[in-house]
Amino acid sequence: MRRRDFIYIAATGAAGVGAAAALVPLISQMSPSADVLAEASTEIDISAIQPGQAIKAVFRKQPLFVRNLTPKEIAEADAVPVASLRDPQTLEQRTKPGKTNWLITMGVCTHLGCVPLGTAEGENKGEFGGYFCPCHGSQYDTAARIRKGPAPRNLEVPPYEFTSDTVVKIG
Amino acid sequence: MSFPWANEYKPSHPTMVWLDERLPLPRFVYNAIGAGYPVPRNLNYMWNFGVLAGFCLVIQIVTGIVLAMHYAANTDVAFASTEHIMRDVNWGWLLRYAHSNGASAFFVVVYAHIFRGFYFGSYKAPREMLWLLGVVIFLLMMATAFMGYVLPWGQMSYWGAQVITGLFSAIPLVGNSLHTWLLGGFAPDQAALNRFFSLHFLLPFVILGVVILHIWALHIPGSTNPTGVEVKTESDTVPFHPYYTAKDGFGLAVFLFLYCAMVFFFPNALGHPDNYIPANPMQTPAHIVPEWYFWPYYAILRAFTQDFLFIPAKLMGVLAMFSSILVWFLLPWLDRSPVRSGHYRPVFKKFYWLLVADVVVLGYCGGSPAAEPYVMISQLAALYYFLHFFVILPVVSSLEKPLPLPFSITEAVLGSDDAASLTAAE
Repeated sequence: MRRRDFIYIAATGAAGVGAAAALVPLISQMSPSADVLAEASTEIDISAIQPGQAIKAVFRKQPLFVRNLTPKEIAEADAVPVASLRDPQTLEQRTKPGKTNWLITMGVCTHLGCVPLGTAEGENKGEFGGYFCPCHGSQYDTAARIRKGPAPRNLEVPPYEFTSDTVVKIG
Repeated sequence: MSFPWANEYKPSHPTMVWLDERLPLPRFVYNAIGAGYPVPRNLNYMWNFGVLAGFCLVIQIVTGIVLAMHYAANTDVAFASTEHIMRDVNWGWLLRYAHSNGASAFFVVVYAHIFRGFYFGSYKAPREMLWLLGVVIFLLMMATAFMGYVLPWGQMSYWGAQVITGLFSAIPLVGNSLHTWLLGGFAPDQAALNRFFSLHFLLPFVILGVVILHIWALHIPGSTNPTGVEVKTESDTVPFHPYYTAKDGFGLAVFLFLYCAMVFFFPNALGHPDNYIPANPMQTPAHIVPEWYFWPYYAILRAFTQDFLFIPAKLMGVLAMFSSILVWFLLPWLDRSPVRSGHYRPVFKKFYWLLVADVVVLGYCGGSPAAEPYVMISQLAALYYFLHFFVILPVVSSLEKPLPLPFSITEAVLGSDDAASLTAAE
């Protein structure tokens, strides 16, 4: 190799590495900042939620659905053959042991992020009695599993634990 | 490059001579949009829309810059500052209405420009680069319009941002990380609003840059024309100035008449009342739709409700929506007919109008709720849309027997031609 070729490759190579390194902060600044990432956990008192009722709470600035399922809704969810589901999960896998009536999910449609209807009294719960997303018509069942429409996954279950019988700590 | 008979720039004033020798900017303008640019003599009014689109870009940049002097990109005050512009800022209502309706006007004009190109085969050799740059401009316009719509931080702004950025989460493996990266969070919030404002300010100038490339690419072969027959002699052309500056001026007056009617008398006709409700991350509006100019793509997005093979419905919708525009990049190679203008292509012409009708149907469905019968109609219309580009166009272009073309532009205009003299000259 000629000396000149070496200098040419070394110089452009070093400049290329430098340019690539300069991109790191420029790209990384777009990611969530420390304050956004600071994981806020939320405590919710669920004592007032009667069977068949649901509330909409806030977790990480996003809606969270807490639903007290009736025995009929639980039976409906259990009656569905899991293999027939788009995102196969049982109600038991989506709830805590002994607390299968407490269905806690994000209120964010897994299609494009709208808030599904079905928490408040009189709202459209869709064909499967769970949640209905008004944006693009996704329908969730009583275990908040996707049954019809464009959404690819069940409503996400956030990490949570029961700190007592009436208080849930989300996050 | 230009035709050899183009007028030459001859400055008479000593100052202009002095300038021409040092920075020949007036010469550049003279050759680009002045008497130094020979243009086919037979252009019809469909050729007005390029200049009109350029004018719309200027409206948007000028009104946008002054609006930015009063707007604050902060989720706490963005909505209030928009109302401040509407109520307190001197002439603020006019500037904002001019800007929001200006976006619609820009799309009206650009759609006319694009469909002019479809009909008259403007994308064909040697103008492929010109066409490709045009598609790039359109994609940039879509991004700019979307981000601008988010800025007032009303309900439609917020949920539009949620849905459109959500499209990226459909991408396998990296989708969710990409989505979070784009938003700077897990849902649209301060970080997203601030960067959208920054990019909404930047992109129009990027568009301006690509427009300059677009015009540069135009000036190499020169404008096409309604016959699709290339310029042969000087008698086929007239200088851009004064002939087309006058014709474009007239078109501009008509455009401004309609645009001002919208701004002054129907400023909210194309908007959504929901956007006068401040953004609420807890409540999605019952009927969420994008602005009218995105309706056809939105209908295609929603047309996919079932998983197909191993591809989830969500990804299919997103892919189809992006493909519906990206297919324009392939157009110069999908349409293989040597005849440029739809005037001389009887079969193509029928399918062209079917495509126009199809896009109107898609638009109507895209603006309607996500329910039957609109979903099924969208599915059929979306299928036809892709059928047009990938099947009908290639097949028609190879089977069709075109009508006889005029010998030259002059013959098309005057009936009798100087064909004899031209042949003699050769």
